[in-house]
Amino acid sequence: MKLIQKLGLVLFLGGLLAFTIIPFLGSYQLSEEIVLSQTKEIHQESMNEILSPLYGKTYQTNFTFISEVNGKIDDYNQERKDNQQWDQVIWDDYTFPLTKASVQSPVKSQPLLFLFLSIGLVVLGGLLYNIPKHQGEPEGIKNNGIFHSKMKNRGWLGMITGTYLILFYIILYWFPAYMVNAVWMVNPLSLLLSGNPASQWFLYGFIYTLAILVMGIRMFRKYRGNKYQQLRTASVMFFQTAFAFLIPEILVLLNQPYYDFKNIWPLDYDFFYDYQISTFLSNGGVGMFMLIWGILLIIIAVPLFTYFYGKRWYCSWVCGCGGLAETVGDPYRQLSDKSLKAWNIERYLIHGVLVLAVVMTLVTIANYFSSFSFLGNVTNQLHSFYGFAIGSAFAGVVGTGFYPFMGNRVWCRFGCPLAAYLGMVQRFKSRFRITTNGGQCISCGNCSTYCEMGIDVRWYAQRGQNIVRSSCVGCGVCSAVCPRGVLKLENGPEEGRINENPILIGNDSIKVNA
Amino acid sequence: MSQAQHIVIIGNGISGITCARHLRKLDSDVKITVISGESKYFFSRTALMYVYMGHMKFEHTQPYENWFWEKNRIDLIEGWVKQIDFKSKALLFTSGDSLSYDQLVIATGSKPNKFGWPGQDLANVQGLYSKQDLELMEKTTEAGVSHAVIVGGGLIGIEMAEMLAYKKISVTFLVREAGFWNNVLPKEESELVGRHIKEHHFDLRLNAELDEIIGDQNGKVKAVKTKEGELIDCQFVGLTAGVSPNIDFLKNSELDLKRGVLVDQYFRTNMPDVFAIGDCAEFREVPGKDRKNIEQVWYTGRMHGETLAYNLINKPVPYKPGVWFNSAKFLDIEYQTYGTVPADWEKDDVINFYWEHRSGKVAFRMLMDQEKKILGVNNFGFRLKHEFFDKAISQGWTGEKVMAHLSKANFDPEFYAPYINEIQKVYKEQFGGEFTPSKKSFIQKLLGARL
Repeated sequence: MKLIQKLGLVLFLGGLLAFTIIPFLGSYQLSEEIVLSQTKEIHQESMNEILSPLYGKTYQTNFTFISEVNGKIDDYNQERKDNQQWDQVIWDDYTFPLTKASVQSPVKSQPLLFLFLSIGLVVLGGLLYNIPKHQGEPEGIKNNGIFHSKMKNRGWLGMITGTYLILFYIILYWFPAYMVNAVWMVNPLSLLLSGNPASQWFLYGFIYTLAILVMGIRMFRKYRGNKYQQLRTASVMFFQTAFAFLIPEILVLLNQPYYDFKNIWPLDYDFFYDYQISTFLSNGGVGMFMLIWGILLIIIAVPLFTYFYGKRWYCSWVCGCGGLAETVGDPYRQLSDKSLKAWNIERYLIHGVLVLAVVMTLVTIANYFSSFSFLGNVTNQLHSFYGFAIGSAFAGVVGTGFYPFMGNRVWCRFGCPLAAYLGMVQRFKSRFRITTNGGQCISCGNCSTYCEMGIDVRWYAQRGQNIVRSSCVGCGVCSAVCPRGVLKLENGPEEGRINENPILIGNDSIKVNA
Repeated sequence: MSQAQHIVIIGNGISGITCARHLRKLDSDVKITVISGESKYFFSRTALMYVYMGHMKFEHTQPYENWFWEKNRIDLIEGWVKQIDFKSKALLFTSGDSLSYDQLVIATGSKPNKFGWPGQDLANVQGLYSKQDLELMEKTTEAGVSHAVIVGGGLIGIEMAEMLAYKKISVTFLVREAGFWNNVLPKEESELVGRHIKEHHFDLRLNAELDEIIGDQNGKVKAVKTKEGELIDCQFVGLTAGVSPNIDFLKNSELDLKRGVLVDQYFRTNMPDVFAIGDCAEFREVPGKDRKNIEQVWYTGRMHGETLAYNLINKPVPYKPGVWFNSAKFLDIEYQTYGTVPADWEKDDVINFYWEHRSGKVAFRMLMDQEKKILGVNNFGFRLKHEFFDKAISQGWTGEKVMAHLSKANFDPEFYAPYINEIQKVYKEQFGGEFTPSKKSFIQKLLGARL
């Protein structure tokens, strides 16, 4: 390792340490003013009454403060529930805004300094580590040492990384009040972009985008000499930065609805939720355009582009989840399970999620048109179940947190309902396939090992058979790592695409179909 | 074939396993047993280097999951065969067990050549062919090896050099010939690979021959001496001067042997119901012009296996290989060849077209006969389609026709530099012809594809 890379590693770890410590800095003090400013009008009176014993007290840690606040509210709610006074129960969760407003910390007063010391150092360190990679070496992909690595082969470093990611997601989704300092850190940036104070989602989007950019640069280094890899990496970096991060914030600045123009239902599972629909409908021409655009993506763009290019046009060139998987997740791609058993589980699971998403959306729409009468309760239950189990736990905690355990496409392979939809089009009506080169395969297994979707590519390659699989995201790495030039991603005529009777060339004694 | 037939295959390399799989495909009743002392389950020998370098785990080199064999009723026996009793049709194992067969297939592959160099059996001196060789190499190079000498400039030699480089072990490469692999590659290609070897900082010594391997008091290698008398200190020696049939256990038996097990074009040996395929088989007559008596590549092993399987179940057909093809990867440079491109040729009989990219890492050669019909191609640093050249060569296309259709032969990934266009242009300049070289596509222009 070069000196500058070592420096990068030190900066990266220092920044990560700072990011981990930052949530614990400062103290918390609640006041009447805070409670009134952070609660809805109907709750202001009762909240003021519930929380008044806390006013003026200083809490040294977020644990004591949050448990005190939640304890008071829980007691109040429990009493109302016991007395069957359901209408007086406070269902809203005020923990995050109250904690965010109550914190007094150096982070809050000097957000940019702490932003630099944490995320800034992580980014700087990451760049210093990645940019000098493979300098002075001839072009070519080297997977040297991956299975000897503690990080990339489920060693202790991988375990720690996975655990850290899982904890991060759990806190982000369910306990954001514990990371209000980190949210304050990006507050100036959020104000600049959208004019609004930062939420935990802004923080998340910011980190997510930077992660894709820094690790995207790593991709440029690792796959140098491979134009396909370079271009598709540049593409996911662009779509994440512009479409997923900047444009939605700028829309808000311009008083338009927050909207990611490349997010497609059913991955974007709340697209048809009533609050979304009313946002679209109440925002005039722009809102209407967004609604129609979103529907056109579902019914026109997905089938059309997938017909011409395969699902890769989305999964490995545009999608945000795919973008993270292809950059941050690339070091873990070899950990996907290639067994037939895993393939069976995959098919049940991913299509199960698709069915669930479709049913939930149909109920939502039926509920909308029946003026929220008889389906209201079912809809709410379905939304909260889907949001918890699929939207947060599966896509987030498992989807990213499990990179170091099960590879970088766990969500895309086993859970994403949009991938299931794209996959059906790809399997049955598309010009995309991976072709194999006659008899040149030596069954070495590089292609299967590095397939992030767990496709046993070699099974097809050694039979001289085209690979037509619904799950293939067209990342092109099988082709890139093949030492014998056997695999090629292609769009071509549908005829002969699925060659059931592949021909192995070179033996004139007999003609066998594999 | 009657129900009770028991076909036993010694060796679970690509030939033996291909034979076993095709037997099962053709006949659901025949009893199949595959014997190997090397590894219970079939693995891809060509991938051993990737295991060493941490690209893969050993299990990744196994093309079939472990349940595959039971599901297809292919019995696997782990063990070494010591002796064959051809009269009673039984195998005797080193363990003392025995197994009877109705038909026997010998597919025992190769072993690394050792030419009787002094010191060739010292510790830390080895070839690389089997799983055990890999394990040995992993163990011996774990610590205490800073410099290694590789003897012999072939495909395994360059793989071994790459492997050692992963462990940061510097390598001196002794190649007896005047160019790397120049008994197979023409001069320009051999030089191209030689340059690339040096680019990777290997100390490539051409025209250098091993004289002696010198050991220390513990019987471990400490240096090699070349024929010029130079002493090279080293702690590891790789012997990669080719391979030869692994048939020691058959010596002094009734089986006709030469370098390998002698077979006819139906893979029959001199003993009834005994066949040999793959690296260990030696054809009494070459199976085709430009073919050798012993075929030692992955692809021929497959063809032997599938042809013999067919012959054991159906009316036998002679082995008739088609257009030759092969491929390899020299460090970062991929190589493919289709048809016949020898290392050298008679200038009067053969028309030669060679193009090399200015980077010196991408090249294309096409040889044609007097009537300008294609004989074969070599391509380095870019990929060409097997199917295209199999057709062009077997149908005897002219060079001009090949060039006119060359864009159909492209197998490089999307967005790659359009080498094909350049090759067509240069060919037309040299030989003329009624075709228009391809132009850059819109996308290629848009993305600034350069040559």
